[in-house]
Parts: sequence; C-alpha cells; structure tokens
Amino acid sequence: MSEKSGLFDSEMIRAQFPTLSLTMSDKPLVYLDSAATSQKPVRVIEALEAYYRESNSNVHRGIYELSRRATEAYEKSRNRMAQFIGATSPQEIIWTKGTTEGINLVANSWGMNNLSANDEILLTTMEHHSNIVPWQLVAERTGATIRYMEMDEQGRLNLDNLEELCGERTKIVACTQVSNSLGTINPLEQIIARARVVGALVLIDGAQAVPHQPVNVAELDCDFYVFSGHKMCGPTGIGVLWGRKKHLDSMPPYQAGGEMIKVVQKHQSTWADLPHKFEAGTPNIAGAIVLATAVDFLEEVGFDAIKRHEDQLIGYALKRLRKVNNLRIFGPTNPDLRSSVISFQLGDIHALDVSTILDAEGIAIRVGHHCAQLAMEHLGVSVTARASFYLYNNYDDVDRLAEGLESVNRIFTP
Amino acid sequence: MTSILSLHQQLILDHYRNPRNKTPLAHYDLQGTATNPLCGDEVTLQLNLEGETISKIGFEGKGCSISQAAASMLSTHLSGKTLKEAVLFVTRFRTMMDPSTEELDATLMGNLVAFQGVQKFPLKIRCVLVFYEAFQDAIKDRDQQWK
Repeated sequence: MSEKSGLFDSEMIRAQFPTLSLTMSDKPLVYLDSAATSQKPVRVIEALEAYYRESNSNVHRGIYELSRRATEAYEKSRNRMAQFIGATSPQEIIWTKGTTEGINLVANSWGMNNLSANDEILLTTMEHHSNIVPWQLVAERTGATIRYMEMDEQGRLNLDNLEELCGERTKIVACTQVSNSLGTINPLEQIIARARVVGALVLIDGAQAVPHQPVNVAELDCDFYVFSGHKMCGPTGIGVLWGRKKHLDSMPPYQAGGEMIKVVQKHQSTWADLPHKFEAGTPNIAGAIVLATAVDFLEEVGFDAIKRHEDQLIGYALKRLRKVNNLRIFGPTNPDLRSSVISFQLGDIHALDVSTILDAEGIAIRVGHHCAQLAMEHLGVSVTARASFYLYNNYDDVDRLAEGLESVNRIFTP
Repeated sequence: MTSILSLHQQLILDHYRNPRNKTPLAHYDLQGTATNPLCGDEVTLQLNLEGETISKIGFEGKGCSISQAAASMLSTHLSGKTLKEAVLFVTRFRTMMDPSTEELDATLMGNLVAFQGVQKFPLKIRCVLVFYEAFQDAIKDRDQQWK
C-alpha cells in the first residue's frame, strides 16, 4: 500500500534510503529499529564521501586552504545546529560523540563542581541508562541523592507529587523528552516550570525527540539539551550538547588535550573560549559537517509532514497490532502522548524468540531492556520487543510486522 | 539461508514446551548458576553425585526457547556420565557452538546437533550456552583435576 498525505510521498522518501531496498533472509527488509539508529538517505552518504574527497583536513589548525575549507564547513554546521534548535549563539553548541557523551559531560563538569551532600538530582524511572548511570557516579562522589519521578501503569510520568520531589534541595532535573522504551512524550512544560520555581537546572535528553519533531530550546526554557546525530538520519559518532552560555562558561573542561587550550605552561594552562573548551582532540569533523546535511534533509521533508505521517502510521499500527492474538502493547493508550515507538509482549513467548522468527522474515525489531531496566522493572518484565518507526516506514511495514507476529503465534501455539 | 525451521526445529520446541529434568533437586552435591543479561536467560542447575558419576541432574531457569531447550537437552546427556566424561562432552558442545569451528564430528553430539545452526547468530550463541556456563560454575571448585 502506498500512501500520500499532503506533500508527503512515502515511496519517494523510501527511495532515498538505500538500505531499505536490501533483502534479509531472502525477504525485503522491514526496518523497525529507528529508535536505536535511523537509516541514512543518499544525500548524507554522499556528503560523507564528498567531505573525504574534497575537504578532508584537520580543523582550527592549518592555515592552508584545505584546512580553511574543512573548518568553515565544520563551523557552518555548528551555526546550522544553533538555528535548528533555537540556540542564541553557536558558542552554546558543543559537538559530542552523542547523547551519552553530552550527559556525561554535564554530569561530570557541572555535577562534580556544583553538587554536594545535601543536594538532590531528580530523574525519572523511564530514563535511558545513559541518563541514570552518569548521575549515579556523580552522586557517589559528591554525596548527592538521586530521586525519581515514577510512571503509572501506562508509562506516563506521575507528577502528583512533583512539588515534593522537586524542592529546594533539587539542584538538577534530568529528564527525557520522549521515552525510548515506551514512546511516552513527557509533559516537560510542567516539570521545567517547577524546576524554575525551586531554582534547579534542567537537562533534557532529546535523543528520541529531535528526529521526529521541531525543538526549540528557548521555548522549552531548559538549561542543557542533548541529542545524537545517528538517530536523525545523520552519521554515527556525532551529537550535540546545547547549554546556556552562563552555565557552560562556569564549567571546567570535561576532557583535556589539543584544541581546548589557550596557553599551556609547565604547571598550568588556560582554556579556550566556548565552544572549544569542551572539544579536546580532533573532533568527528566529517560527522559534524554532515549532520547539517541530515538537518537540511529533515527540514526539507518538513517536521509537520513527518509528524503527520508518523501519527497516521502509529495509529494504523496500534489498530492492526491489536488484532494479533495475545499481544500486549505497553505505553500510553492515548496516541497524542505517544511517539513512534511500540513496545510489546506476545503472550508468554520470549521476546528473543519473537525477534528471531521476525528476523527470518526480514523484519528488524529490537529486543531487550532497551537500556531502560528501571522502566522494564516498572512494567514487570525483564525485556520487551520494540518496533520503532520513522519517516520512511509505511503501512506495508506494519502489515508485515503483524503477519510476522501471527506466524510467531502459530509456531509457538501447539 | 537459515530459516525459522532450522532454528526452531520441532525437537527444540518440544524440549522448550516439555523440558526434561526441569525440577530443582531438594538435596544436591553441586550447584551452579549462569545468566545471559542480553535476553535475561537464567539457569541454575544441581547435580547429585555417586562417587564421580552424575546420578541425578535438575535445573530451574527462564528465558527464550533456545536457552531453555538447550538446558533441557544438555541435561539429558549429562545424567549418568562421570564428571570427567561430562566435562569432555560439554567442552565438545562449546566447541561446536564456536563460530570458528567449521568441522566437528556431529555424531558425537547426538540431538544437540540441532543447535549447530545457531552458530551463525552470534547473539544467540550465548543463549545456547547458559546451561553450559551454569555447569562450569557448578564444577568450578572441582575443575582442576581435569585440566
């Protein structure tokens, strides 16, 4: 089935992603693991090659033309990121390896210097491990306490006790915008408003949000925002940490080395200005430059169109999957509160068995705890199967998934 | 191309649905546990010994069909073997599951040959080996004499 809605032609979109025409186990690939990493459009793949063919050299070092070319593209992409997420200045855009490094940077550089024994860090039980474990390490070293916003049975944050949880001891709230394991879209406005009242900083994990919806950090009114390039049609190994300049200015370097210094003396050194203070060593130059290509691609398709397509697709998927016997779908029942992730359990069949059989049908889904063991514990399961959708998925993919699950049922039902 | 059928042969499904020896022993001489964090497989096995011979074997576990069927099938092979024979047998099984093993005299492995196809799926090899690892854990203090 081919579908068109407005200017969105899903067949034309698909044609731009070479991996989507691969066959797996002799069957056309159905890729339903975009929450782990997205596939890449031809433009991104070609831009990577073009960089290595035409611009490759180190940035901020050589005075020769080739290096100027790389540096210019690298900084131009930083400007593009600032514009993309509504940052006041490109100085607030720090290149990272990805979301995980962004959170580790804040936890270490800000956390180690601003937290002490009476302070509290407020997280949610739906966080990805990368937004829990860095804080645990900091809590261990500073004596700060970690508290959690809990979920209800549909995987929505329970904010009834937000005022009690987020009080004068709370120094930072670190929260995901969209849950990677359940697809829940969180009410950030309410959480951030409360943090403002008590003077706590707010870090938002945007890894699962930025690929799907327009984000504006000024409107969000948070202090730090982190995301990864590879989940939004960009290359692996590149991501962005956005932070308010006043915080970034006050924070010490996270890693030390080349590029992040002004002057190095025998016993002390001075730091480079933002953003380079946080970018020690040769960065992922190609990744940074090509992330701008990925953003161009997504904005040309249009986030409104992407969102409309994904909403329709998820609506159809929820309807179609409910017809599969014994399928338990986790997460919010209200589609407005749900991004394009569907976590499920098929009867008492182990999720790994489900994915093994789907794999033989050419269908790629994720199985496991999705690096969200606290969320799994809440659901009373150790693992789930997860299908995640993106702009290039279509109704056929949903049908193939549903048919695959029906054949799993047949194999495991004696 | 490996299909569903080669991975989920009737034999494996049968052992998954009707596991043999999946009853913990009230009294045992050796016990070992292993987990596969990737998919949450767990196996705890217990052995009764008469001299050096495994007189009874029991296990508890949870996990995917491959991990639990492998546990059930391996357990049937170990019962009645001496510890030395059992170690030799599971080591051969471990070798069979190693992706770098191309040829192995499969006739020695009996019905466990059903798992040979899993060799091509590195993530699932760990499922097959949970019982093997639990066995290694059980004999770890007595292991030296066979090395």
